[in-house]
This record gives sequence, structure tokens and C-alpha cells, in this order.
Amino acid sequence: MTKDHARDRLTTGLGWASLGLGLPLLLRPDDVTARVGAGVGDSQRTAALAVGARELLAAAGLLRRPGPGLLWARVLGDAVDLALLGRALQRPALPARVRRFGTATRTDDRQRALTATAAVAGITLVDLYAAVSRSRGGSASELRAVTTVAKPPREVYDFWRQLSNLPTFMAHLDTVRVTGDRTSRWTATAPFGTKVDWDAVITEDLPGQRLSWRSEPGSRIANEGTVRFLRAPGDRGTEVHVSLRYSAPGGRLGKALARYAGEEPHQMLDDDLRRLKQVLETGEVVRSDGAPGGKRARREFPQHAAQPLTARELKKEGLR
Amino acid sequence: MKAALWMGPNTVEVHKVPDPTILNRRDAVIQVTSTAICGSDLHLVDGYVPTMQKGDILGHEFMGEVVEVGKGVGNLAVGDRVVVPFPIACGGCNFCKAQLFSACENSNPNAGIAEKIFGHPTAGIFGYSHLTGGYAGGQAEYVRVPFADVGPLKIESDLTDEQVLFLTDILPTGYMGAEMCDIQDGDVVAVWGAGPVGQFAADSARVLGAAKVIVIDKEDYRLRMAETAGYTTIDFEQVDVRSRLLELTGGRGPDKCIDAVGAEATHGSAHVNAYDRVKQATRAESERPHAIRQAIMSCRSGGIVSIIGVYGGFMDKFPTGAFMNRSLTLRTGQTHVHRYLRPLLERIEKGELDPTRIITHRMPLADAAKGYDLFKNKKDGCEKVVLSA
Repeated sequence: MTKDHARDRLTTGLGWASLGLGLPLLLRPDDVTARVGAGVGDSQRTAALAVGARELLAAAGLLRRPGPGLLWARVLGDAVDLALLGRALQRPALPARVRRFGTATRTDDRQRALTATAAVAGITLVDLYAAVSRSRGGSASELRAVTTVAKPPREVYDFWRQLSNLPTFMAHLDTVRVTGDRTSRWTATAPFGTKVDWDAVITEDLPGQRLSWRSEPGSRIANEGTVRFLRAPGDRGTEVHVSLRYSAPGGRLGKALARYAGEEPHQMLDDDLRRLKQVLETGEVVRSDGAPGGKRARREFPQHAAQPLTARELKKEGLR
Repeated sequence: MKAALWMGPNTVEVHKVPDPTILNRRDAVIQVTSTAICGSDLHLVDGYVPTMQKGDILGHEFMGEVVEVGKGVGNLAVGDRVVVPFPIACGGCNFCKAQLFSACENSNPNAGIAEKIFGHPTAGIFGYSHLTGGYAGGQAEYVRVPFADVGPLKIESDLTDEQVLFLTDILPTGYMGAEMCDIQDGDVVAVWGAGPVGQFAADSARVLGAAKVIVIDKEDYRLRMAETAGYTTIDFEQVDVRSRLLELTGGRGPDKCIDAVGAEATHGSAHVNAYDRVKQATRAESERPHAIRQAIMSCRSGGIVSIIGVYGGFMDKFPTGAFMNRSLTLRTGQTHVHRYLRPLLERIEKGELDPTRIITHRMPLADAAKGYDLFKNKKDGCEKVVLSA
């Protein structure tokens, strides 16, 4: 699920391209600015040197420690380049200045700038493709959470193994439908209320001890996880240890946006385990007037006032 | 229905709100017959407990008649007369199994906030901020009672509401304060605070065998109430508490000390009082720790300091040195009310404890705001207000 960036040819290729572009910009800035039709001058030279330095940095990064962040930085750099070329295209048609490239005319410059713009636009598309495609699944998250449930390991395992039970305590799951001995289809509500579904397969099943699963290839939310059921010392029931690896659509950007919308994955998993404990120890998710939907980290305060809900509010919470 | 609502610091208003309904299978709905204002309600009204919201129904001392039961409640029926413990406890987690009901792991759906402030979650409590679950309280005509198969105690005898109402909180709280003192023959027990909980802590110390009980406060009418019940009193505005305690104990200091004051203590010396008042007002500390400091400094070496007064955050100048070097034991906890319901009901039935002795004011629920004013400002000799719904 995580792309191996070190062996990613597109990313590496873009790194070498950056190097190829950066060196001439730094060594012969005036030649380059003239060739792209931006003319020659102090401001052109400064811009060329800055762009060159940026390209070398990008090259170093992409060749040594590639990642979607750098690819997105490249897209941003492309936008800057396009803006600079845009300025070149708008240069007023004044008499030619001193040029080192012989007898270039204003029309020639315009032609050159247009060609360069088209080239940069093409590169931008490639960069954008690389950034988007490498972001997807490019930033897998690893989550861990733990709780102790005052029930024997076999009972906790059995409850979990009955996969259709999962939505009773996993707030974001709508349904889990068992489709085969080891396969199941999951439907969930993702951040911003979108629906996603995927198929999962159980990869390891040690009754009363351990359960592992992963999503089938091609899932939009690629994920895999293990839950271990350990006997707690002193006859206190079962320690439930969950570890999850997942990569959500949109990569890091998507994750940041989700966090902004209040969906902190670690808190969500933590909430889920607290609800699991409630369901197994008390029979159901515990509700109050302030928290009619039960334990939700993002809705602890402020929340509904501690007074009974109106009929309409109860309906909205699905409690009537 | 009508209910007493927290509308902001120092603002309690009675308004109409929706009637409660069953939200979980193990819920019951109670029609309240009697409810009381607790000293800890004043911490909410004074604005010292975070996570209060406008419109929260107050009250955690209430009793009444069952009017509706969820499918998961097998031990109660409509028409049963019950008293309801203030902590909400599931009965199934390891803490409930160990009788530590106020540390229930499941009953507080806002456990995350409690965890941030306290390190681990605490139980849900009726009408006591969103930190303890956001549950509507009992100063109302009706209340939803979660885990009704675990908490409520049926009252089948003909004891009056006033005789059993305080089983919900203050009587078990005072009793637990004395019980944690592990009272031995000849023990002198000092109680800080002559409010309702302090009075009941003193009563409990007496029934648990204390040789002498000393009650410390500054309100004349409260000290007189303690004297009438047979206790020695100290007015901390008139004398130095530690010196007086030494006098009263032959220089030994009390064997056991109970702090029934909590976070909003005052001190006899104006400048000491001002120091912590300013720090609390500027949020440099959340408690004014006069009672607990004095209790630790006064207690004899090897003694027990039992804290039942409510604290909510962090304090300054906690006398760790005295505490450590003199082998003191500190015991504390939000009351595990469920444990004490039956034993204390028996003591009331036998006449060993008379909880009604502290009631000074009775009024209808509609006058709740007036009741808060009398109790908070210690007007008209107010010790305990009972509201009838």
C-alpha cells in the first residue's frame, strides 16, 4: 500500500530533470532567460538564480528522500515559473535592448516565451500527476490503542470475530457484511460525510488470541490491522490491543483537512475502544443528555446542554 | 417539566424543559418528590467547575417514584419509591466490581475531558457539569436515571423523604469520611467544616466509636448546631486552630482529621485568606487549600487525613514536608454511595443517625433560586435546603 518512493521511476526522473534544469540556470542565467524570451537584465538574472537554486534543492530532495511533500512543492514551483513567464509575455514592446543573442526581436522573444510557457505547463501537469498519485496511499498512518475489558479473552474475541458487531462500537462504520468464510464488505462514513466501501479479508485468525485483516487490493481506503486479546493480570479480563495501518484518500492533505474538520484518527480509534468496553461490560453504548450519541472526543464540550432532548432532537440522533 | 437550570455563574433559574425519556435499556425515569441543594452545587454556581453549559439542569440529591423503566431493568417497577446515588455506576467494570463506584469506567461519556484534568476518567454524575458526563440533574420534576438496575435503592418502609433523602450523597459522604479514618478506641477526630457533610462526618465518627469529635467552622449558627449534637467546636475566626486543637488533645493533635470543606475554604487570618483568594481568582491555582493544609499540619504523627471536601484541580503550597516526615496517611475519594445505601438505611431505621437534624429550609422547586441564595450566602441560618417537586 505504501509506494516505495526510492524506487519510483517517475519521482526519480523528476529529480534528474530538476538537476538538469537547475545547473544551467545557476551557471548561465543570462543565456537561459534570453532563450525563454524573458530578456536579459538584473531582475531576470536574480529570478533565474533563485529558480535554479530551488531546482537544485528539489533535485537533492527527490533523489535522496522522495516523498509526496516534495512533489507538491514542485507543483508550487511550477506555478511560480508560470507566473514569471506570464510577466515575460506581458513585457511592453519597447525598442530592443542590448542582447547577447544577436538580433533577436521582440516577436522572437514573445515566441520563445510562449514555447517556454507551454513546456512549463506540460511539466506542471506531470508534477501534478506525480504529486496526486503519490499522495494517494503515500502517507500511511499507523494507529495503536488499547483498553481492558472485564470479560474473558474468548468472549471478547468472539464478539469481535462476529464482524457484523463492529458497527455497534465503531462510530464511522455503517455496516459490515460477511461475504465469505474470510471475506467481508465494509461501508463507512468518511470525513465530510462521504460514503466509502471496501472489501476486507481476514489474514490471520487465532481464536481467543488474535485477529488480523487487510483490505483487498484497489480499496479506496487501504487498511490492515491486528487486534490481540491478552488475558489481563489479576483476573481483570482482557487487554484489547489494536494496531491499524491505513491510508485515506488525499494523503497528507486529506488527513490535514480531516483533522481540521475534527476527525482525529487516533481519537476515533480510542473512542471506538471505549464504546467496545461499554457494549461488552454494560450491554450498549452509554448515552447522556450532553452526549446522546455516546463517547465522541470531538463532541465532548461544548455539547447539548444537560437537559432532556426535544422530540425533534431525539429523532435527529436516531433515538426515536 | 420544570427544572432548576444553571444559566451562568451565580444564576439559577427555573424554566420549562422537555421531559426526560429512556435513552438506554437500563434507564428508568423517576418523578422527583424531594431534592436538595448540595454544597458542591455551590462550586458549580460560583463558576469554579469547568464545562458547565447554559441550560444544564442542576441537582444530584434526589428521590422519587419510578414512572418508567427500560427493558433492561428487572429490579424496579413503576410506582417504586427510590433514592438515587449521585454517582452513576454501570456495575460491570472492574472498578464497580471492586465497589469503587465513583470511579466507574463506563458511565461518563465525556471521559476524555475528565482524563485530561484527572489523568483517568471518573464516573458520570447527575447535574454536575459536562466533565462528569453531561447528565441532567435532579432539581426537576422528572429525571432519567441510567443503570437503574445498579444504583437506586427501594425504600419499602414508611420513613419520610426527609429521613432518607440524604442517602443520595451527603450522609454516605460524611460516613465515608469517617470510615476512611479507621477510627480506633480513644481516637479524637477533628472535622473541618460544619456544613451538612461536616455534620454528618461528625455523626459518623461518633457512631464509629470516636472518643471525642471536634468541629471547626466560622459560622456561629453552624457551630451551635454541632454543639447541640454534642461536639466540641472551634471558631477559626476567633482562635488559632492548631493551638486550640493542641489544647483540646493534651498537646498530641487529633488522631484523625476530616476535611469536609474542599476547594472554597476561607482562613481566619485576613492576609492568608487574601493570598489564596487572589491566586484562585487569577487562576494561578484552582483551590483555596486552607482546610487541607491545616488538617495536615494539625494531625498527630502517624494519623490519617481524610478528604471528602470537593477539589477540582490544582493547589499551591501543599505541605508535603509535614505529610511525608510525620508518616501521615491521606485517604480520599468521591463517595462510593452504592456501598453505603443499605448499611446507612439500617442505621437510620435503628435511630442511630438522624439526617433530618440539619434541615433548616423547605420550599417548592419553583423557589430554587431563592434556596441557592440563602445557602450560598449563609442567610437566615441556612444549613440545608430541601426542595419539593
